[in-house]
Amino acid sequence: MVGIHQECYAQTMSAVELNDILDEYANVPGPLLLVLHAVQRRLGFIPQDAVPYIAERLNLSRAEVHGVLSFYHHFRRAAPGRHVIQICRAESCQAMGSDQLAHHARQRLGIEFHETTPDGACSLEPVYCLGNCACSPAVMIDDELFGRVSPEQLDALIAACDDDL
Amino acid sequence: MSTVVYVPKDASALSVGADRVATMIAREAQSRGIDLTLKRNGTRGMCWLEPLVEVVVGSERHGYGPVTDRDVAGLFAADFLRGGAHPLQLGRVDDIPYLASQQRLTFERVGVIEPTSLTDYLQQGGYEGLRRALSLQQHEIVQLVTDSGLRGRGGAAFPTGIKWKTVLDTPAPQKYVTCNADEGDSGTFADRMLMEGDPFSLIEGMTIAALAVGATQGYIYLRVEYPHAERSLAEAIQSAYSAGYLGKDVAGSGRRFDLEVRLGAGAYICGEETSMLESLEGRRGEVRVRPPLPAVKGLFGRPTIVNNVISLASVPIILRRGAEFYRDYGVGRSRGTVPIQLAGNIKRGGLVERAFGVSLRELLYDYGGGSASGRPIRAVQVGGPLGAYIPASQFETVIDYEALSGIGALLGHGGIVAFDDTVDMARMARFAMEFCAIESCGKCTPCRIGSTRGVEVIDRIRYGIDRQQNLQLLEDLCETMAEGSLCGLGGLTPFPVRSALRHFKDDFLKPPTR
Repeated sequence: MVGIHQECYAQTMSAVELNDILDEYANVPGPLLLVLHAVQRRLGFIPQDAVPYIAERLNLSRAEVHGVLSFYHHFRRAAPGRHVIQICRAESCQAMGSDQLAHHARQRLGIEFHETTPDGACSLEPVYCLGNCACSPAVMIDDELFGRVSPEQLDALIAACDDDL
Repeated sequence: MSTVVYVPKDASALSVGADRVATMIAREAQSRGIDLTLKRNGTRGMCWLEPLVEVVVGSERHGYGPVTDRDVAGLFAADFLRGGAHPLQLGRVDDIPYLASQQRLTFERVGVIEPTSLTDYLQQGGYEGLRRALSLQQHEIVQLVTDSGLRGRGGAAFPTGIKWKTVLDTPAPQKYVTCNADEGDSGTFADRMLMEGDPFSLIEGMTIAALAVGATQGYIYLRVEYPHAERSLAEAIQSAYSAGYLGKDVAGSGRRFDLEVRLGAGAYICGEETSMLESLEGRRGEVRVRPPLPAVKGLFGRPTIVNNVISLASVPIILRRGAEFYRDYGVGRSRGTVPIQLAGNIKRGGLVERAFGVSLRELLYDYGGGSASGRPIRAVQVGGPLGAYIPASQFETVIDYEALSGIGALLGHGGIVAFDDTVDMARMARFAMEFCAIESCGKCTPCRIGSTRGVEVIDRIRYGIDRQQNLQLLEDLCETMAEGSLCGLGGLTPFPVRSALRHFKDDFLKPPTR
């Protein structure tokens, strides 16, 4: 049995909570993505030290769990900012100026894609299609979708993220 | 009597402020002491009019849009609850030409009903298809779907009935029905709109598919980028269980069918069917070698139907109205209707469900109204990031699987992304390679490595470094990717690249603008 390093979870997730998640999906076929989603929903990311424990409980190798974790763009291995700003970079949004919007966001936030502002307020991520293509360009902030986004509106949305501490 | 007002809760409508409008309408009604029933529908698919507010006057629905929260007080002042005149007034919604000229079969209820109300669904013909299916033998259901001419709407256009027959004819102790709801193509949103606007039609379609082939478990593989659809499906599935349309005794038939939504995790490749199955099994979404086909050896090694949302959601109306009814729409070997999605730089973006045979020109100009920027439309990409770029000279081409393939294009999932004359097509070709590099599952070398090399080669061409040799190299690379990849990602990425090169070569011969 792989031990859980209790202290590593002190600020994130208790061993009990992780066990609860694993218990919930123990008898479900093909449970790994479900487990990873559940952990990320709870913490915003999947801590490295959860990997061996998840592997042990699901009877998988660590490599398999790591392989899945690193394959999917959605899964994070480090904590994101308090808000995640996703800017669509796919063709439809490009046709409506998403490149300029992305440029504007990077300047406004002072970070590149896949980075988080130093105050921990916002992470900036690219996304390839939010299914809002008739209202391009599209942006998603946390779980909220925005369409026909102008640079000015994006400024206002970012300001709202800054205020929301 | 209380006036009924509809404000959509479709993600696209919400993205432009529908919730704020709904809140404002409720508040304004309260302060004016007006008795008003606020209902939340899906979207009609006229996205440029969102938020589109509809008021029931007599037995007709009158529209106002696009409404912002700042317009609400003015609408009340103009007596919109009785269809009063206002600059945003659109008249009877069913008479708006964009909608009136459509042939809504699969989307007949979308935007009309409250999406997760089983009562609404049943009142509008819902579950009549299932009732018909329960009166038929399994092979009769399959035959009916085959006779309808329905082909896979996800993009591959494989005859749905033939796929079902393979699953039916493959004996196994367990079979599955899976729905591919990993709608990742840019310019497409039909699946999302349907799942949010009429989730029961998908559930009913999957239930019929399960009865037809003897499956007892279904999965909807939904992309994680669609949280609104997730909620809508979860609510509808819950209702279907409560009302006995799912579970151990489907509609009193004694047959079992369980249904579950599983979320993807942001990998475009999982829209490829074998990759989707890997992902459903909890693994990396790496493509499988075919054969064996999923219909023979699919999820957990069992015979599995893998169909797109629109294919499955079209099944109830085929059962309800008959194979001939559906087959009578369309042209050539493309039968029935298809939801075309107008996106990108287009004035009137949205969803147009029409019989096959409508031309790109009609879609882009009669429906779309030309570009949003007012500049000429220079190119459209049809069929998502793996679809060809089509120049204005070919806009007479009709929506038909064979006609599009005849000009070196593909219909894919029916998305059309318009670009005006400011587009740099060499840049779009580069993006096609870049996207392939980001999303490649890594299994096939031509896709994994070729895409990255493709970006570099296009850069060299654009910067004039050994241009002729690199143009030849790009062609060779495209051929290797097209012939040497297991699935459509590596195999079809050459479509946008080659078409851009064929129709817009000049763009490759000048240095990048940005």
